[in-house]
Amino acid sequence: MTSETTMFKSVGRFIGNNPLVPLLILLLVLVGVLEFMRPGIVNERWIGNTIKFAIPLAMLAACQTLTMLTGGIDLSAAVAATISAFVMATQVPIVGVPLAICIGLIPAIMIGMVNGFGVAVCRVHPLIMTLGTGLIATGCLQVYQRFVIASGSVIPDGLAWLGTGRTWGLPNALILFVPIAILIIWAQRRTGFGRLLYALGSNETASRISGVRSWQVFLALYMLSGLIAGVTGLLYVGLIKAPSLSLVNPLLLPSVAAAVIGGTSIFGGRGGYSGTILGALILTVLGTLLTLLQMPEGLRRILFGLIILTVTTTYIRLTEQSR
Amino acid sequence: MTRQFLRHGWTAGLLAILALLFVFTKIIQPDFGTSGLDSLSRAMLPFAFATAAMAVVVIAGGIDLSVASMMAVAGVTAAVLMDGAGDGMTAVAVVIVLLVGLTMGAINGALIVITRVPDIVVTLAMLYVWEGVALLILNGPGGSATPWLRELIVGPFIVPWLPRSLVFLAVCLVAVWVPLKRSKLGLSIYAIGSNDLAAYRSGVSVGRTRIAAYAVCGLFAAIGGLTLTMSTGNGEPIPGPYLMASVAAVVLGGVVLGGGKGALLGPIIAVIILRLVRMDLTLLSVDPNVTTIVEGTIMVVVVMFGGVLAYRGRHK
Amino acid sequence: MTDQQAQTPLLDAKGVSKRFGAVVALEDASLTISAGQIVALMGANGAGKSTFVKILTGALKPDTGHVRIRGTERRVGSPAEARRSGLVPVYQEPSLIPDLSIADNLRLGDTPVADFQHWVHELGIDGLHLDDMISALPLATLRILDLARALAVKPDVLLLDEMTAALPTDLVEKVLDTVRKQADAGQSVIYISHRFSEIAEICDRATVLRDGATVGDLPITPGVEEKVVELMLGAVLDKDPTRTSTAAHRPEGMPRVTVRNLAAGTKLQDVSLDLYRGEVLGVVALEGQGQDQLFDVLAGMDSPTAGTIALDGKTVSFNHPADAIAAGLSFVPGDRADGLLMERSVHENIALPQLARFAKWGAIGMKKEAATVKKAIDRLQIDTRAQGEVQRLSGGNQQKVTIGRWIAAGVDTLLLFDPTRGIDVRTKRQIYLLVRELAEQGAAVLYYTSELAEVPAACDRAMVIFNGKVVDVIEAADADEQTLMRAAYGLTASAAVSA
Repeated sequence: MTSETTMFKSVGRFIGNNPLVPLLILLLVLVGVLEFMRPGIVNERWIGNTIKFAIPLAMLAACQTLTMLTGGIDLSAAVAATISAFVMATQVPIVGVPLAICIGLIPAIMIGMVNGFGVAVCRVHPLIMTLGTGLIATGCLQVYQRFVIASGSVIPDGLAWLGTGRTWGLPNALILFVPIAILIIWAQRRTGFGRLLYALGSNETASRISGVRSWQVFLALYMLSGLIAGVTGLLYVGLIKAPSLSLVNPLLLPSVAAAVIGGTSIFGGRGGYSGTILGALILTVLGTLLTLLQMPEGLRRILFGLIILTVTTTYIRLTEQSR
Repeated sequence: MTRQFLRHGWTAGLLAILALLFVFTKIIQPDFGTSGLDSLSRAMLPFAFATAAMAVVVIAGGIDLSVASMMAVAGVTAAVLMDGAGDGMTAVAVVIVLLVGLTMGAINGALIVITRVPDIVVTLAMLYVWEGVALLILNGPGGSATPWLRELIVGPFIVPWLPRSLVFLAVCLVAVWVPLKRSKLGLSIYAIGSNDLAAYRSGVSVGRTRIAAYAVCGLFAAIGGLTLTMSTGNGEPIPGPYLMASVAAVVLGGVVLGGGKGALLGPIIAVIILRLVRMDLTLLSVDPNVTTIVEGTIMVVVVMFGGVLAYRGRHK
Repeated sequence: MTDQQAQTPLLDAKGVSKRFGAVVALEDASLTISAGQIVALMGANGAGKSTFVKILTGALKPDTGHVRIRGTERRVGSPAEARRSGLVPVYQEPSLIPDLSIADNLRLGDTPVADFQHWVHELGIDGLHLDDMISALPLATLRILDLARALAVKPDVLLLDEMTAALPTDLVEKVLDTVRKQADAGQSVIYISHRFSEIAEICDRATVLRDGATVGDLPITPGVEEKVVELMLGAVLDKDPTRTSTAAHRPEGMPRVTVRNLAAGTKLQDVSLDLYRGEVLGVVALEGQGQDQLFDVLAGMDSPTAGTIALDGKTVSFNHPADAIAAGLSFVPGDRADGLLMERSVHENIALPQLARFAKWGAIGMKKEAATVKKAIDRLQIDTRAQGEVQRLSGGNQQKVTIGRWIAAGVDTLLLFDPTRGIDVRTKRQIYLLVRELAEQGAAVLYYTSELAEVPAACDRAMVIFNGKVVDVIEAADADEQTLMRAAYGLTASAAVSA
């Protein structure tokens, strides 16, 4: 009994110091189960596909991770992504590809700016603020759609190549994603901005006393989150190839789930992006697994919910042991 | 003292806005009368109950993202149970639906307490679970509602200008909320929302109180789901837009996120205001999408304004 | 006290141990208390006092050992159960619900209202309504209400944790009186405090904890302080560090900080002071005389309603703490929870001020930063065994981190607000020495302390604030406790002197 608890504790301590290990193990177990159920399914092609679908999720989850580090959340990320994709696709026939991409990203950054203003200056809870801007932005998108309905939409070849293409078996989206991921992981620990995210999430008063002007950080953070969301939208429309008014919306709650499963504390001050990437992979593999089991939709959702709950519970239990 | 005034001032302000809106409605639509009031009140019902459900957990310092999904479960359960059932069975069905609501809420609360996972995460996960449960019960719109139950929320009550649906709302809320607020459980709910450590040290059983708050939330959500089935006549397993709307109304109604403050009256008035705005915009034949923008903007401006006020209050 | 009473202790805790992961918080803690006794529970920070309190009050379960109440073993699982078994604690943080009225708070804990009102009156608080919201009341009042609420349920054992910490001196006297009467009436009190004078005044015995174990149980006799300190520290310390520099040393030239007729909030009325480089200017005041606002304004946390601040002769105004920091004023807040990133590392806490400016948002020079941080850690002798998360450090080490970040950033003018509140004797002495050293190296230090005995050890002179105004300035040599106390009560002959 005692040796068991000490073992449990030392496992907990190990995980507390290396939070990625259990996530990696979970991922491998899921892949193993998949291979066991349908031998031969795990091949180069499947891996490429999984990564391809995990990337937009992981990118949208970057918005959640970064905002959650400060104790916030960005529920407008999916709408921002959808708007970027939709505006870009409908502007291509009018202004051409490069300009359309720029125009597409503007509303996403603007949503971020409004979020940042509300959170930083008016001190509105991020959950409420981003929920509200998401609502407004959805309405704006629907109004916008009626003005461009005649001109149609075009997905640029470059984005389609990036979204669906493969090089040496690996999805081209990695060309975009790997630098972004490396940048975020580097920035969160090794730049002043990244450290301030953790500091504000941990204790805003202490940060203020230390001279941090929180509004600057929040404003920059939510604009950055909007930008990342916009880029995600562009990539995602290249993958799906059909712009719609609710394109990225189904990824919103999974993006929160990916960050949470990845070990980022929703209260701020703890976590990081590397866990989130694994979280996104886990969710994608899980999705395949549930489809493969040919479960009724209802059961799939139940299982999905229960797995989020189980993973976060286990994670919290294990890290608490080390404290 | 100022705090007390601020809180009641907030509700009074909401009432004033509501009155102005009614006057405005009468101006743009001179025939706005009993039938308009009736349909407004009926359309408001599910929103009002979703808001009440959300308000209780927010006062207790939590949040429940699964409110709309629980409403869907309650709605389809009611529709399936009442399908072809007699009048007597209908009463049993209603009781079962309410029990299902209490149970769902209690499960949410218990999971939060037992797992110690943040409430946002737990109820996010449970949002999927309840959605799935609703889909398992009914894979598409179906079932039916007993006629006498449906008539409970149609037409006027005693006097022509008083819609039955409004009376239904008032009776349900008062029957649950007034005894609750007077009881020690109600005090405890406010206490854990205000400061859970102090509540624990004052001898409040924080875990049990939290579970109870979520159970009440589930109960209100179940009534909300029931009214959905009552007004449409069948069960719909896909959750409606009640999550965002309920959070908006709760905040607009003066319940502070983080807990401990506010009551049910403010949020309910806020629901009426938001519904009335939507109706007015429709009457003015504004694009329904613009209506969404206006609604969202109202909510955002209100919370931003409230945020600035609260911040200033703290730094004075 | 008769022998018979001593044989049947009201509360008897023996061999209590508790581990958190690898950390042993309690090894072998014991405490015995008989009816009518007041026992002081003492220990340096990190000795396991707060864990022991949590176990006694049922907030934590011990790994081994037992807690017996009236001879029967009681597995106390929650504060509610502890209360039912007769043990009622009053914590440092008032456990009243901010958003409920006083009456609702009483109802919540099933407290008899009449008894409560009796005790409130007895403790010298008048003019309260039961409908008052808790959040509208000042901290000192809340602590008294908390105590009155505890007394109203007629506890067998009352546990007071730093009860007098946030109280003005007149209320302290009332509290000590009431506690003593409580014991005379046959009830027992566990009294936790860092203040020897209070312990000497009311306690019968002192139980001393060190490194999670009870190392002594002494009757309170004159001169027991040295013995207790010895037990707490585990080694004989050299005597009080009386300063080497002479009190006559008075800096010349342009003052570093000049404050004229400053007013802010409702409390700070009219304060003027000159703070020179190379000196430590003490601030002495009873609770709530405006000293909080003085520090907040100087730190850029709050804006003044009247008056001026000048640095090196140049008038300044701050909109944000960042402005004050840029001008060289570093603030260490009174509450460590306000100053620290609890779940972040010692390293990140110390490096924080250097990353705050917009210009520093880019890449961090990791090597340079590590060197700066290490220097601060070495200088303050911060115990870095649990440096992964600041919340695992003891209170004293946490306080060192809040000071250390300014040492790392380079101290020019230091604003210390009660830096030794609730920390152990050893760390206190280290802080006095550090403050003296900084001053000798040319820093200007403004030092508010709630412990009058600290003034001669740490300060060159002390400015006394009463009712939001400066009432006296006393040289360190003359700053014995009686003089300071009289001044703090506004009893001096030479009122309204400009510092």
